[in-house]
Amino acid sequence: MKLSGWGRYPLINAKAVSFESEAELPAVLSVAGEWIVHAKGRSYGDSALNQQVITTRRYNKIIAFDPQQGVVECESGVSLAELIDVFLPRGWFLMVTPGTKLISVGGAIAADVHGKNHHSAGCFSSCVLSFQLMSADGRIVHCSPTENRELFLATCGGMGLTGIILTVRLKLQPVKSAYIRETILRCRNLEEVCGAFEQHRAFTYSVAWIDCLAQGSQMGRSILMLGENAETGPRQLPPVRRLSVPVNFPRGCLNRYTVRLFNRIYYGSHPAFVENRLVPLEPFFYPLDRIDNWNRMYGASGFTQYQLVLPKAASFAGLTKILDRIGKAGFGSFLAVLKLFGPENDNYLSFPMEGYTLALDFKIERPLFAFLDELDRIVLDHGGRLYLTKDVRMPAQVFREGYPRLHLFAAVRDKWDKQRKFNSLQSKRLGV
Amino acid sequence: MNLLVLGANSDVAFALAGRFAQFEKADLYLASRNVTALEKKARDLTIRHGITATPLFFDAEDCKSHADFYESLKPKPDGVVAAFGYLGDQAAAQKDFHQARRIFHANFIGAVSILEIVAADFERRGHGFIIGLSSVAGQRGRQSNYFYGAAKGAFSIYLSGLRNRLAPRGVKVITVLPGFIRTKMTESMELPEKLTALPEEAARDIHRAFQKSKDIVYTRWFWKWIMLVIRSIPEPVFKRLRL
Ligand SMILES: Cc1cc2nc3c(=O)[nH]c(=O)nc-3n(C[C@H](O)[C@H](O)[C@H](O)COP(=O)(O)OP(=O)(O)OC[C@H]3O[C@@H](n4cnc5c(N)ncnc54)[C@H](O)[C@@H]3O)c2cc1C
Ligand SMILES: NC(=O)c1ccc[n+]([C@@H]2O[C@H](COP(=O)([O-])OP(=O)(O)OC[C@H]3O[C@@H](n4cnc5c(N)ncnc54)[C@H](OP(=O)(O)O)[C@@H]3O)[C@@H](O)[C@H]2O)c1
Repeated sequence: MKLSGWGRYPLINAKAVSFESEAELPAVLSVAGEWIVHAKGRSYGDSALNQQVITTRRYNKIIAFDPQQGVVECESGVSLAELIDVFLPRGWFLMVTPGTKLISVGGAIAADVHGKNHHSAGCFSSCVLSFQLMSADGRIVHCSPTENRELFLATCGGMGLTGIILTVRLKLQPVKSAYIRETILRCRNLEEVCGAFEQHRAFTYSVAWIDCLAQGSQMGRSILMLGENAETGPRQLPPVRRLSVPVNFPRGCLNRYTVRLFNRIYYGSHPAFVENRLVPLEPFFYPLDRIDNWNRMYGASGFTQYQLVLPKAASFAGLTKILDRIGKAGFGSFLAVLKLFGPENDNYLSFPMEGYTLALDFKIERPLFAFLDELDRIVLDHGGRLYLTKDVRMPAQVFREGYPRLHLFAAVRDKWDKQRKFNSLQSKRLGV
Repeated sequence: MNLLVLGANSDVAFALAGRFAQFEKADLYLASRNVTALEKKARDLTIRHGITATPLFFDAEDCKSHADFYESLKPKPDGVVAAFGYLGDQAAAQKDFHQARRIFHANFIGAVSILEIVAADFERRGHGFIIGLSSVAGQRGRQSNYFYGAAKGAFSIYLSGLRNRLAPRGVKVITVLPGFIRTKMTESMELPEKLTALPEEAARDIHRAFQKSKDIVYTRWFWKWIMLVIRSIPEPVFKRLRL
């Protein structure tokens, strides 16, 4: 079947096999060739792609829930959206959630995803109590921060390259309502938004939308969104009307002029200051989930997301250079997001480190990759790295420099999967 | 509401059971051959929807067991979904009548056997509904799957007769005519992306048909029009097509 990541590039032909019980898997793995798990396909690039993929679509059952501790045990194909549907009305919410709920628990672990509360809560792995992993030889291994620790550290953020995550035990956080108290600040430039991130560290949730095309004194102008779990409000989410992008946008719809116009309107449409307004949690965390297939907006050639992080000390200088390059090159990005991360964790390939992360969407077009190579150099020069789950084109060298604990990861793979049964197009490209 | 789902390990049936649990607060009897798989599903639906779900062994081909099976259900169901189905292997069935007979048995004879027992109960009580999962494959014979198609065609005609019989007693019979659905049944087939529904989409269509008291429902809806075209091709032309 035809398969791609969320960026719809590359689009490949692959054989996909599903399963419902782990007992079916050893037979699948005994088939010659490489395998990689493809879950909800919300990773942007080629992390979940190969000629043969195992889908977790039918491996999606909830196994147990402890309402005293807020601990749920489920199969790795269960989506975050399902967990919210089931447990939010009972007063439990995810401890860490990315900007979409349409991903699987397995994908959340494999990319060790982060959310708007990274500075206070860390990555997704911090709410993972344990999981079972099927290794290349078909054995089931129990992993937790204390049992088979190195396999745990390699699997969280390991992009499916250590094996198949089976059942997972997760901790949820208690919440009083399905609403968020949101505060919005308009920041006139990069300096102002960085200052505001620091000043408002005490907020549980924070993220900024940044106008990556504004230049000069306005460079880095942003809308900073801050939030706290609300103490009041119903536990039921209000119904949302779904929207859909039915077909690919035609060529040429997205260019520097339309994006610049959009950014100007978007920036202007936010008041300079909003304090403590009560908003449902869905639009706060998942603004794009309402629109089905919004990835078609970028047209048939697809798009990619370039997400980088820079160590804090180098962030301001590095971001200034990057924004300057983007402004000059004129590759527009609607979705440019800035966030201040908290400290890095022990996982070998987790992306976040203490400092600023910037994520930019770009339509795939011919000159883009050469331009991104230039940005790579700025990122590396400032001691930063790129996020694997968004990547589709980074050169192996850039990966190696950005992830200094790669040798520890490789050692775990040597131990558990010497033959490299698990590989993705990405892992081969990067020589993981 | 108590809902009996026969062939509950079918991907479509499981999605449909979820919808009835969520929207009708139905308690479920999940009946199929693989009880281990059913136990996992029952637990999942119980946690998600706060209903009771009971896994039960049921073999559609073992007609002798059907009366006792139905007898053992307490309380009796208010609705029954017959979802079990067996695609079989057309080529093998052409060579070996035993194979062909299994296809008829699993898709048709077994369904008639259990549904007659259900129908008698519903008719007596003047209460209940039956949802039968047939197939558009039953609307015209094709060389690639005419055993399965014939069994499903017979099942569709059976359901239409049953509907006719039970309508005066207020018992609803819904014939479901799926086109392509991405399930374990079709996993190894190369299906046209745009014409293929997810099990959840099929379940939504079926549940909606139940709510709207439809007699016949195609899922996805466009199969109604596709089949209209396919049925209208004259036989002298049709017989030359490679379908
Ligand atoms: C709109 C949008 C917003 C996003 N926002 C954020 C964000 O704020 N923060 C963030 O961190 N990410 C974000 N992401 C990225 C997304 O959270 C990750 O890419 C996530 O990994 C996708 O999960 P998936 O279930 O779709 O997995 P896939 O994309 O199918 O797979 C991703 C990787 O996980 C592996 N994998 C999946 N399941 C298993 C399993 N059971 N066992 C072993 N390996 C497995 C795959 O092999 C692959 O390497 C966003 C993505 C989108 C589309
Ligand atoms: N998928 C499609 O494209 C498609 C198209 C048209 C029509 N349909 C029909 O729609 C229905 C559901 O299909 P699906 O794709 O969801 O099927 P599926 O996932 O392949 O499941 C079929 C289930 O039927 C059960 N079954 C088979 N023989 C049985 C028997 N003798 N007794 C009891 N259970 C039996 C099996 O249960 P166990 O696992 O417990 O053995 C199996 O899980 C079927 O009737 C099918 O023919 C499907």
